[in-house]
Amino acid sequence: MEQLLQQYQSVTQNKVMHWFNAGNINDFPENGGACVKYKSKQIAVYNFTRKSAWYACQNLCPHKMEMVLSRGMIGDASGIPKVACPLHKKTFSLENGENLNGEDYKIATYPVKIENENVYIGFTD
Amino acid sequence: MKKIIVIGNGMVGYKFCEKLVSKPNRNDYEIEVFGEEPRPAYDRVHLSEYFGEKSAEELLMAPANWYQENNIKLHTSSLISKIDTQKKEITTYRNETYTYNYLVIATGSSPFIPPIKGSEKAGVFVYRTLEDLDAMKSYASKIKKEGKAKAAILGGGLLGLEAANAAKELGMETHVVEFAPRLMPRQLDLPASNLLKSKIESMDIKVHLEKATSEIVGNGAIEAMQFNDDTNLKVDMLIISAGIRPRDELAREAGIKVGERGGIWVNNQMKTSAEDVYAIGEVALYNNGIYGLVAPGYDMAHVAVEQITGGDVTMVSSIDMSTQLKLIGTEVASFGDPFIENDDVSVIAFENKHKGIYKRINVTKDGKKLLGGILVGDASDYNTLFQLYINEMKLPENPEDLILGARGGESSSVGSVMDFPDSAQICSCESVTKGSICGMIKDETCTSLSDVVKSTKATTGCGGCKPMVVDLVNETLKSLGKEVKETICEHFHYNRQELYDLIKINKVQTYDEALNLFGKGDGCETCKPLLASLFASIYMETANKQVTIQDSNDRFLANIQRNGTYSIVPRVPGGEISPEKLMVLGKVAQKYDLYTKITGGQRIDLFGAELHQLPLIWKELIDAGFESGHAYGKSLRTVKSCVGSTWCRYGMHESVSFAIEIENRYRGLRSPHKLKGGVSGCIRECAEARGKDFGLIAVEGGWNLYVCGNGGATPKHAILLAEQLDDETCIKYLDRFLMFYIRTAAPLTRTAPWLEKLDGGIEYLKKVVIEDSLGIAEDLEKEMQGLVDKYECEWKQAIEDPEMMKRFKHFVNTDDSDDNIEYVSLRDQKMPKAWV
Repeated sequence: MEQLLQQYQSVTQNKVMHWFNAGNINDFPENGGACVKYKSKQIAVYNFTRKSAWYACQNLCPHKMEMVLSRGMIGDASGIPKVACPLHKKTFSLENGENLNGEDYKIATYPVKIENENVYIGFTD
Repeated sequence: MKKIIVIGNGMVGYKFCEKLVSKPNRNDYEIEVFGEEPRPAYDRVHLSEYFGEKSAEELLMAPANWYQENNIKLHTSSLISKIDTQKKEITTYRNETYTYNYLVIATGSSPFIPPIKGSEKAGVFVYRTLEDLDAMKSYASKIKKEGKAKAAILGGGLLGLEAANAAKELGMETHVVEFAPRLMPRQLDLPASNLLKSKIESMDIKVHLEKATSEIVGNGAIEAMQFNDDTNLKVDMLIISAGIRPRDELAREAGIKVGERGGIWVNNQMKTSAEDVYAIGEVALYNNGIYGLVAPGYDMAHVAVEQITGGDVTMVSSIDMSTQLKLIGTEVASFGDPFIENDDVSVIAFENKHKGIYKRINVTKDGKKLLGGILVGDASDYNTLFQLYINEMKLPENPEDLILGARGGESSSVGSVMDFPDSAQICSCESVTKGSICGMIKDETCTSLSDVVKSTKATTGCGGCKPMVVDLVNETLKSLGKEVKETICEHFHYNRQELYDLIKINKVQTYDEALNLFGKGDGCETCKPLLASLFASIYMETANKQVTIQDSNDRFLANIQRNGTYSIVPRVPGGEISPEKLMVLGKVAQKYDLYTKITGGQRIDLFGAELHQLPLIWKELIDAGFESGHAYGKSLRTVKSCVGSTWCRYGMHESVSFAIEIENRYRGLRSPHKLKGGVSGCIRECAEARGKDFGLIAVEGGWNLYVCGNGGATPKHAILLAEQLDDETCIKYLDRFLMFYIRTAAPLTRTAPWLEKLDGGIEYLKKVVIEDSLGIAEDLEKEMQGLVDKYECEWKQAIEDPEMMKRFKHFVNTDDSDDNIEYVSLRDQKMPKAWV
């Protein structure tokens, strides 16, 4: 279980070694999320159409270790973009991965860029 | 008894009456009102909505019988032709005379028509009354049939842009022509105007600035506008909105003092030069100015009422012309002195062209006081800024935080509305201060937001102060340790019922539209499913239409389980199932290796389906005649039945048939929380109908109908609503009951707690459902029938549409399935591996 979690480490824009093409922007629902497979990782990608912003994070909810976050509802808490896990509505900041309910687990986040209608996620591997 | 005559029944004339009848010594006065329009006073500020969703009735300030009920004699269509200040008498156009002790002139203004050649031509209109709008409407529909659809508005001020909105609502290609180099020249500076212009143009309204119209050209009817730079604009219709002129002719002829450029001169008591004659509203010339806004007009009405009834309230010396409004979908606000620029002033401006936002504040050089400002595109800071300005409050250390937000600091830069002084005017339309709102709650005159609104009328004008009033009420209640009516979340300052009404009345179709109109931010997991439920309850919209606002389960039309897989529950109405269908369920479960269990609602639950398997499984089920059971939704689940009189030797009526009928009637019905029903064939009650939201028990002579019960964490027995009903009446009452619940319940509130909170409890509910005390029964039934008629199986809808099917895939970039799912075996079936 720990091993599963170890796979997911936040990547910042300046550390990106590889921009992975995850698909066309139209593959992702508007104002919602979908899951992308990259090597052995599952990455949740969110399209905030209202403000033309994209975010990515691990698909694994650290609360009960299930691959579900991409299916959660997105929104904001006082302006911070967030996702609510579909299992128990734990919410996480998509900016820094912090749990917004004050609990101490967090999720890894990844940079996203859009080029020619393609969605790229930044990885270090 | 003294007699007061009011000439003019516009918004301000009405406000005078309203304030007068609320005075304790009101019975010392006889009130008679003369209005020249055929209708009683209506809301001119929202006139353009007449072409949208609002009827003339809905725009009325008060219904026609309000005047009668308040003992006010109202003459409509009655023009006054003369005032005699010596005899204290007025004469109508029919030559009838009436004498007065006090005369109030509230004749308002008329549109100014610039001296342009050709303005008498057909197709040229002014924008002031409902009659003007009716005339435009019929002209527009006439010329549209001839293929002409170009309308221009002369005047790019506030009212002109309102008129442009009206023209657009009429389906015309709309042009705005303004003489000045900016739009709204009295409120906006150049960058603000430029931004507003580009926003308006993006709504398909063309703007022509610095155009002086020299002639209106056409043969009988308007065909074009000729400008003095030798250009022209071909148009089929013109609306003139080039300013207002006070209607002072009556006073002028009566020898009452008027200003050089018009307007009846008044002092700070609203008294004119003639004894016992007052003037209020747009006709009054106060401090050398005419004020074309409703707030100062209301203040004047207040002052006149006080002066006449023996009070000593006077008008403030400087009239505040701050405004906040939504023009053609764009928020615009301007307050204080928006333009001031000199050595003692620092101007701080911020512009974001990408987002279409412009903010400007004018601050004293020492950074301590706010003098005025402009907001375009996002006026959410208006209330705070306005309060800082009007109360001359001290500004935060970095005044730029006011428009840029506190960046990096801890909390909000301005503090909460609770920090304002008691004298802070919160609602400027109705002149309500913070002190009076909080005071009424503290002395227990009011105990809720609606009480405060009723007592003070705050928020009933432009509505811009609503968020502040809500905060004040909630914070004050909280400080007294009282329970507060909470709004649904940080994105919508409303409760469920308010949103229900707003969506319905404004015919809002999507969550995004609702967020734009009534909310802010990007929404959250509270407001999204709540609004999804409202759209379903109002339009019978299935969960396939706005997928990403649905709650976890609705989004994939299945119940998510421990390991992220789903369970499937097809509908089995009344719990009756044929052996053939039962075998289909068995075969499907076997084929996809699904854990199988009988539910509490007499149906069968199949667990452990992966996302991509859901459509495959449902295809097989639908082909075999099953449909969605909505086990995943806040919606009707099951109507449980006992076997009833067909087989049971004690049964009184056919409970299974009736349960099936009811379940099929309400299937797919979305509600504030889940709904369960039961039908028992006799008082032995084998269907446990009294543990349901609605339950029927067969008795001699029909059905007894019980409502508002549930099992669960706080079990409640349902309460008897009506006895010995026939099938038809039973369904009628159920329709009314369920619809009433759907309309009024708080989010995620089941029927039992809803009834507990309902004022008057079950007796009140009986009155509404059985006696129709609210007069809405027919509406409720119609609404329910509408929803019933629109029912569609959302699973069938989903598997027949490839676009809707796209969401049933674990990964978007590969067909692989989730490799993280592990099972163990228990009693010969599979189970998810337990959580650690």
